[in-house]
Amino acid sequence: MAKSIEISDLDIYYGDFLAVQGVNMSIKARSVTAFIGPSGCGKSTVLRSLNRMHEVIPGARVEGKIAIAGQSLYDSAVDPVSVRRMIGMVFQRPNPFPTMSIYENVLAGNRLNSKKMKKSEADDIVERSLKGANLWNEVKDRLTKPGMGLSGGQQQRLCIARAIAVEPQVLLMDEPCSALDPISTSAIEDLIHELKSDYTIVIVTHNMQQAARVSDETGFFNLKAAGQPGHLVEFNSTQKMFANPDNEATEAYISGRFG
Amino acid sequence: MSTTTVTTDAGTLRAGTLPSWAPLAVAGLSVALGALAWILGLSVVLAVLLAIVVFVVALPGWSLAEKNRRAATDRLVTALIWTAFSVAVVPLVWLIALVVKEGFATLSPEFLTYSMRGVVGDEQGGLYHAAIGTLLVTVMAALISVPIGIFTAIYLVEYGKKNRLAKVITFLVDVMTGIPSIVAGLFALALFVLLIDPAIRWGFGGAVALSLLMVPTVVRSSEEMLRLVPDDLREASYALGVPKWRTIAKVVLPTALGGIVTGVVLAISRVIGETAPLLVVAGFTDSVNTNLFEDRMMTLPVYIFTQYANATEKGYAYAWGGALVLIIIVMVLNLAARLIGKIFAPKTGR
Ligand SMILES: Nc1ncnc2c1ncn2[C@@H]1O[C@H](COP(=O)(O)OP(=O)(O)OP(=O)(O)O)[C@@H](O)[C@H]1O
Ligand SMILES: [Mg+2]
Repeated sequence: MAKSIEISDLDIYYGDFLAVQGVNMSIKARSVTAFIGPSGCGKSTVLRSLNRMHEVIPGARVEGKIAIAGQSLYDSAVDPVSVRRMIGMVFQRPNPFPTMSIYENVLAGNRLNSKKMKKSEADDIVERSLKGANLWNEVKDRLTKPGMGLSGGQQQRLCIARAIAVEPQVLLMDEPCSALDPISTSAIEDLIHELKSDYTIVIVTHNMQQAARVSDETGFFNLKAAGQPGHLVEFNSTQKMFANPDNEATEAYISGRFG
Repeated sequence: MSTTTVTTDAGTLRAGTLPSWAPLAVAGLSVALGALAWILGLSVVLAVLLAIVVFVVALPGWSLAEKNRRAATDRLVTALIWTAFSVAVVPLVWLIALVVKEGFATLSPEFLTYSMRGVVGDEQGGLYHAAIGTLLVTVMAALISVPIGIFTAIYLVEYGKKNRLAKVITFLVDVMTGIPSIVAGLFALALFVLLIDPAIRWGFGGAVALSLLMVPTVVRSSEEMLRLVPDDLREASYALGVPKWRTIAKVVLPTALGGIVTGVVLAISRVIGETAPLLVVAGFTDSVNTNLFEDRMMTLPVYIFTQYANATEKGYAYAWGGALVLIIIVMVLNLAARLIGKIFAPKTGR
């Protein structure tokens, strides 16, 4: 059920502004792919183009080809809604629904699409998803309380639970751990390891150790120069990237001798 | 007046501050001065003005004398703001006090439950027919304008995204905001005279006229509220594979609901006191009419107007009573709006 993703000659624009240029990579099914790179180099932008969230921004567009399991994502006959049902996403900033309780937030993907399900089934999904996001023990006694009442890190884990509750085939995570303590971070990493057997996962991170720990392959993005579009510098197996990268800039970035 | 706690030597944290009783003392002084001037023959308005000027000058002046410019500026601006605030509030309180004073005696169970049908001379009459009419006409106006207004706002915020049509609509809504109410009334009248019957006068026409006045307010306030919903939430919903229309219906609208409801209620209280359009289209009658689609229908503002126009003692009393009832209705609506806004506001749970 996991799917692989092929990206070829991808250019991404915000209006007239070319944010990312010429990306080519192939993301394997049932593996974890990490995106690393300095701030503003377009990691989030590439990630968002993978489930057609990029075009939600007015004027934003994509050129080039992205194919998932051989199907072109940007074909005119493709409905972005079904793409997003297949490819879930966790955002850089936690964004729980303010009108909903913790319980409803986890079920939002099902409820908002008016999917009918039994109470026991729903309870089951909530418990499983919250346990997966390492949040269950903290909130099991207050599932009916508003999701906005949680701390920032708890909200982020709630959003992760929400994303895995709909069981997508690909999961995109944009710095999911940047607001989390080491314990929750390691729980999320465990979760990623677990999910890997069924899902394809793409994760953006600023934490080199994390990229090394969780990912099978790593892509390093960089800006050619200030004001220039971002591009993919190197895409290799994580082992190779961290031990013996092909590119000098990659090595400089990973070892902290950047800029 | 000596300064007790103040030392001007820099270095102490309290340097240059006035004692906490300073504003009160200066206020007392200025009132005393104003009163003195009044006793000496100045008119009330001038005396009040004098007191205000003394206060606004004396308090910052004192602060300045303590060599504390920042505090002096702060005192000056604070004093000016309080003055402006009082100038704004005094007429409001005055108006309410006057209406309560004049109208309270008229309020009685009979006044609230009788109509004016067959009332002659000093017989007891009431505003029941007008209250019913106002209720029906306003509810009908809300039923017409709320869906139109909210759907327009949804189009402007969620679909329009600054395209041509959205710009034109925004412009037209702005123009509509400025339509004089009598013009709305005449328009509704002309419309139904042309379409149905040259002699037509009915409650529904009044509702149409009022909704012309309500729609722009509802559009504007709903638009503001929808824009306040963060894009993060829309994106969160899209990313779960929720289509746009469901996102609007189940995420955006519920999040903005409190504000939208408040805006709608405020729009209602804005039009509930309109007189001219109702006088023109809904007409005038002495008896109860509960059918919006047939015959003339009395409303509270028109009732107040006609009773006042009678220029009899009883008529004046009824007019004041009607005004009080109208103000009470508007106040209840406003309280309801606040309550509803609170209930539907997104909860933080902290
Ligand atoms: N909504 C937007 N409109 C216009 N330009 C944008 C928008 N979002 C991002 N950009 C631009 O696109 C470029 C890439 O941004 P992006 O958010 O993808 O960076 P990033 O690699 O995720 O950075 P970070 O590590 O700080 O999250 C930046 O130059 C940014 O200014
Ligand atoms: Mg980012």
